[in-house]
Amino acid sequence: MNSYNEKVMDHFKNPRNVGSMDDADGIGEVGNISCGDIMRIYIKVDGEERIADIKFQTFGCGAAIATSSMVTEMAKGKTLDEALVMNNKDVATSLEGLPPVKMHCSNLAADALHAAIKNYREQKLGHKDMSDAAEAHTH
Amino acid sequence: MRRVYLDHAATTPVHPEVIAAMLPHFHNSFGNPSSIHSFGRESRQAVDEAREKVAKILGATAREIVFTSGGTEADNLAIQGVALAKKGQGRHIITSQIEHHAVLDACKYLETQGFAVTYLPVNAEGQVQIADVLAAIRPDTILITIMHANNETGALQPIREIGRLAKEHKITFHTDAVQAVGSIPVNVDDLGVDLLSLSAHKFYGPKGIGVLYIRSGTKLKPLYHGGGQERKLRPGTENHVGVIGLAKALELATTEMESKQAKVRALRDKLMGGLLAIPEVKLNGHPEERLPGNVNVSIRYVEGESLILSLDMQGVAVSSGSACTSGSLDPSHVLLAMGLSHGEAHGSLRLTLGQDNTEEDVDYVLGILPPIVLRLRQMSPLYHKR
Repeated sequence: MNSYNEKVMDHFKNPRNVGSMDDADGIGEVGNISCGDIMRIYIKVDGEERIADIKFQTFGCGAAIATSSMVTEMAKGKTLDEALVMNNKDVATSLEGLPPVKMHCSNLAADALHAAIKNYREQKLGHKDMSDAAEAHTH
Repeated sequence: MRRVYLDHAATTPVHPEVIAAMLPHFHNSFGNPSSIHSFGRESRQAVDEAREKVAKILGATAREIVFTSGGTEADNLAIQGVALAKKGQGRHIITSQIEHHAVLDACKYLETQGFAVTYLPVNAEGQVQIADVLAAIRPDTILITIMHANNETGALQPIREIGRLAKEHKITFHTDAVQAVGSIPVNVDDLGVDLLSLSAHKFYGPKGIGVLYIRSGTKLKPLYHGGGQERKLRPGTENHVGVIGLAKALELATTEMESKQAKVRALRDKLMGGLLAIPEVKLNGHPEERLPGNVNVSIRYVEGESLILSLDMQGVAVSSGSACTSGSLDPSHVLLAMGLSHGEAHGSLRLTLGQDNTEEDVDYVLGILPPIVLRLRQMSPLYHKR
């Protein structure tokens, strides 16, 4: 934990897009309290299936907060299909690396984004409403 | 930027008088204590004097003091040494769930070597219950090892009572007193222990030097072989500079201990009061029966490493029982044994004061922490879900 690089520390100190969204089109949550990381991502999707706005809330360590912040920055303006191609490793690479111990435990931000996209698509298909989806990810 | 060190349970700075006592022994009186020439004799004499000094402070005799490389080695020598010496009489060991890993992992290793270990639970305040110790004793119990004060919560354990019980049942009793020595009075007869571990760097001495006190008559086998030093229990050329530093540090720490610790306790109480005034912060460990410098709290909805990083950016050094700081996926085994939830354990913060801390240090921390907590809570999905 004493080996975060400057970029990670910058995202920890000044996280981008923190907050919640009352009118989100999709919400995704990953992680659980027993391992100490919970990430929640809210997305707003425009008519061209692009991520028009994105917010996150995270309980977790420096890496958890920094990766959450980074993924929101990377995803903004991307189409949903482009966003689905991004993985956790890409997020870590954009942060110029994470300490090895953090690669598997706190590097879940892309998963949270994918969960939000899945939630959006499920709602669009009318299979589920928002509250059910949010509930399904609650631990 | 102001720098405030509140991690004295991790380690302490070496006292200038300790450095002064050690310095000449690096280059002037550098001889090998085993050499018979004047250089060697000077070192031997210095080691002997240090040993006498340490023994006197602990209420022991010089022959009962064995110098080791620190607390971990002292714990391993005690636990494995007794196990090796007494395996013919029995193969059961009693310890607790809240021990330092030096004890826990030594016990786990012995389990792979055919020993059975009982890991006693603790109550919500982090204290071993004497009734549980009694209930765990078996005819084949050869060793009880329970720490004097816990390194995370500072919770004091009922060592005297366990000592009496061990004596009644003729079981060897070891205590890891690494956190206690230098902070509270420690006397081996008063505690009724057969073996006691301590480490110099916890009380303003150098790292890499510790002691295992071994009561005369206690059966113990060495873990290393290679020479006659330390009555063959810990062979190898003595770290005589370290030994001298340890003795000096122990002497300083135990001189006017009561008034020095009263000052630390007063600062601790102020810090504790200020932390507990933050909404949804709870104390971990016993409110009174704890080390004078220790505060351990759980701050709801936030994670410990984020707290440490945020405090560190403002010059404050503390530690946490969160998984991220333990280097494993699980948070503190001590806090979980006390019945804390994973969330509470991940959100724990340990602040340990020392002799150099001031009222201004405490005010500074109490000034910067509430906004840090608020910022992290505002980022936390748990805070919004509550």
